[in-house]
Amino acid sequence: MTQTQALHARMQVDFDYTRSLGPVLSRFMTALTQHQILGGVLSDGRVVVPPLEYDPTTHDQINELVPVASEGVVETWSWVPEPMDGQPLDHPFAFALVRLDGTDAALLHAVDVPSPDDIRSGMRVRARWRPEPQGRITDIVCFEPADRRADGDAAAAASGDDVTVTTTPVRLGYDYAASPEESAFGRGLKEGRILAQACPVCHKVYVPPKGACPVDGVPTDEPHELPDTGIVTTFCIVNVPFLGQKIQPPYVSAYVLLDGADIAFLHLILGCDAADVRMGMRVKAVWKPEDERTYSLENISHFEPTGEPDADFDTYRKHL
Amino acid sequence: MRDVAVVGFAQRQTMEFDGSPNCVELLVPILAELWQQTGWTKDDIGFWCSGSSDYLAGRSFSFVTAIDAIGAVPPVSESHVEMDAAWSLYEGWLKIQTGEADSALVYGFGKSSASPLRRTLALQLDPYTVTPLWPDTVSIAGLQARLGIEHGRWDERAMAEVVARSRTAAADNEYAVLKGATTVEDVLAEPLFADPLRRSDCAPVTDGAAAMIIAAADSPRFRSLSLSTGGAAWITGFEHRIDPIGLGSRDLLRSPSAHVAGVAAGASSVQLAELHAPFSHQEILLRDELGLADDAVVNPSGGALCGNPMFSSGLVRIGEAAKRVWAGEVDRALGHATSGPALQQNLVCVMDASTGRATGGRA
Repeated sequence: MTQTQALHARMQVDFDYTRSLGPVLSRFMTALTQHQILGGVLSDGRVVVPPLEYDPTTHDQINELVPVASEGVVETWSWVPEPMDGQPLDHPFAFALVRLDGTDAALLHAVDVPSPDDIRSGMRVRARWRPEPQGRITDIVCFEPADRRADGDAAAAASGDDVTVTTTPVRLGYDYAASPEESAFGRGLKEGRILAQACPVCHKVYVPPKGACPVDGVPTDEPHELPDTGIVTTFCIVNVPFLGQKIQPPYVSAYVLLDGADIAFLHLILGCDAADVRMGMRVKAVWKPEDERTYSLENISHFEPTGEPDADFDTYRKHL
Repeated sequence: MRDVAVVGFAQRQTMEFDGSPNCVELLVPILAELWQQTGWTKDDIGFWCSGSSDYLAGRSFSFVTAIDAIGAVPPVSESHVEMDAAWSLYEGWLKIQTGEADSALVYGFGKSSASPLRRTLALQLDPYTVTPLWPDTVSIAGLQARLGIEHGRWDERAMAEVVARSRTAAADNEYAVLKGATTVEDVLAEPLFADPLRRSDCAPVTDGAAAMIIAAADSPRFRSLSLSTGGAAWITGFEHRIDPIGLGSRDLLRSPSAHVAGVAAGASSVQLAELHAPFSHQEILLRDELGLADDAVVNPSGGALCGNPMFSSGLVRIGEAAKRVWAGEVDRALGHATSGPALQQNLVCVMDASTGRATGGRA
């Protein structure tokens, strides 16, 4: 393993989970838009909020939902000194299990109090509603002490439509650290060099390099440089426009097998008509100007034909 | 049932791993250690199973990259669980019980430090009514800890005693990331981190990986083992159970799933237990639920409070317990793993120095 320090990059993964709601949660979310909380009635008569979809004892679907109070008692709490992204409040608050009046199981939510000295188990709290409801659990902004004067609890501006779908935005931030091998590869690319690694057992040459040979499961050797010429092993012509596309179709996306390498990587073939690209065609890297380079394979803008004779199929048939 | 033994175990734990989230780099030396311990090669393995999480890695199908480390060409019989590798072990054990394999190598890995772990773990909650509030792991554990304090099940001193004993025990554990003597007074002098929890009550964010080999006694290959570690730990009880997802409808002072799994696996008769308790009060709760004997040694490795690599910490507990059996320190030990919020899911693996059956005595 090389002793190169790893390259780091901030990475943000965003996706909105959109889920359809079943009959129980659909009624629960719809009621929230009217500033009303519904509990599910279990087979033993207990009322649970949020309502369960199936009875934990009989496994029958829950059908009976009943309105419960939007006021209740803190059963237990924990203090959040530094709220995290996405939590109900952006200043210090408590998470709590709140047992609403008329229910037998507690609801997890936030309680807005200024300090841990202002909350205790047994304290009465009531829901603070979002003025413009969205049919989500966050229509309850948080709970607040019940003795506090309500600041004009605005009536819900519900559309009247049933809520049948819910969307949960997920935003995750990561510190992506490349492996030592990937880091050496990235630094090489910045210098206009392509660094590969070989397996000490089967001698296969991997580019981009890997920490281990997938055939033998042993660490790969020290990096060594490969030329920036190779062949197209297989390709496809992209004719379909899609979101985020950087090049006007049609264009060619191809597997390029560098001379001396045993694994091909995906890149672009430009500089010729898409219809002229073929298996075995010899190509050469076109590098971006040095001042535009990062640590990415995008430092190679694309590959273009060299005009040399095509490679024999037999020379690359094992690399398809 | 086939007699199956834990015959190899290796681990790495670190506070911050300066490398890619797939942890291939950590797995390669760990696997080399297993080959050294068993005298086997990858050709002796009939089934492979890993435990990891895409949410931790921040990319889809992240476990596929780790397969490079096992040398999966030509193709191997392989599986994956989005759980702690202790559950991979269960799958491997089951595969051997069905007769589909005679041996299994299971491994887990995760880079917990790549993202805010306690926030990322909110994604294992009910996605409709709980995850949108992003309750973090520490807050949920705090709800449980306070409930226990206010109901007299434990107090701050009892929690601090767990921390102090764990840190002291970890002094001898070369893999622990937090270790060394700590007194109850030292712990109680710490400020509250997330009332009612102190930082020391919470397991450290830990990167790491672990791997284990299990093998069936009745297979010809078993006789080719050359165990440099000294012995085998026979799995004589193995059970996992789950409590409902609704936090509010669970009694957080109990862990019925841990109790039932412990009864089924034979937890009450062990001399030593490695418990996966990421928060100090959870060790107290688990000890009660599993019905451990008063003189049973708990967490001689230091436990999760001294190193909690996500997706391998449970397997580490089983491995640490197996090592005590190999060394002849005890005849019967228990490894426990948990997953989900507030001890929702629990797995118990009991291991013996001998099979204890008529056909036994191979260890």
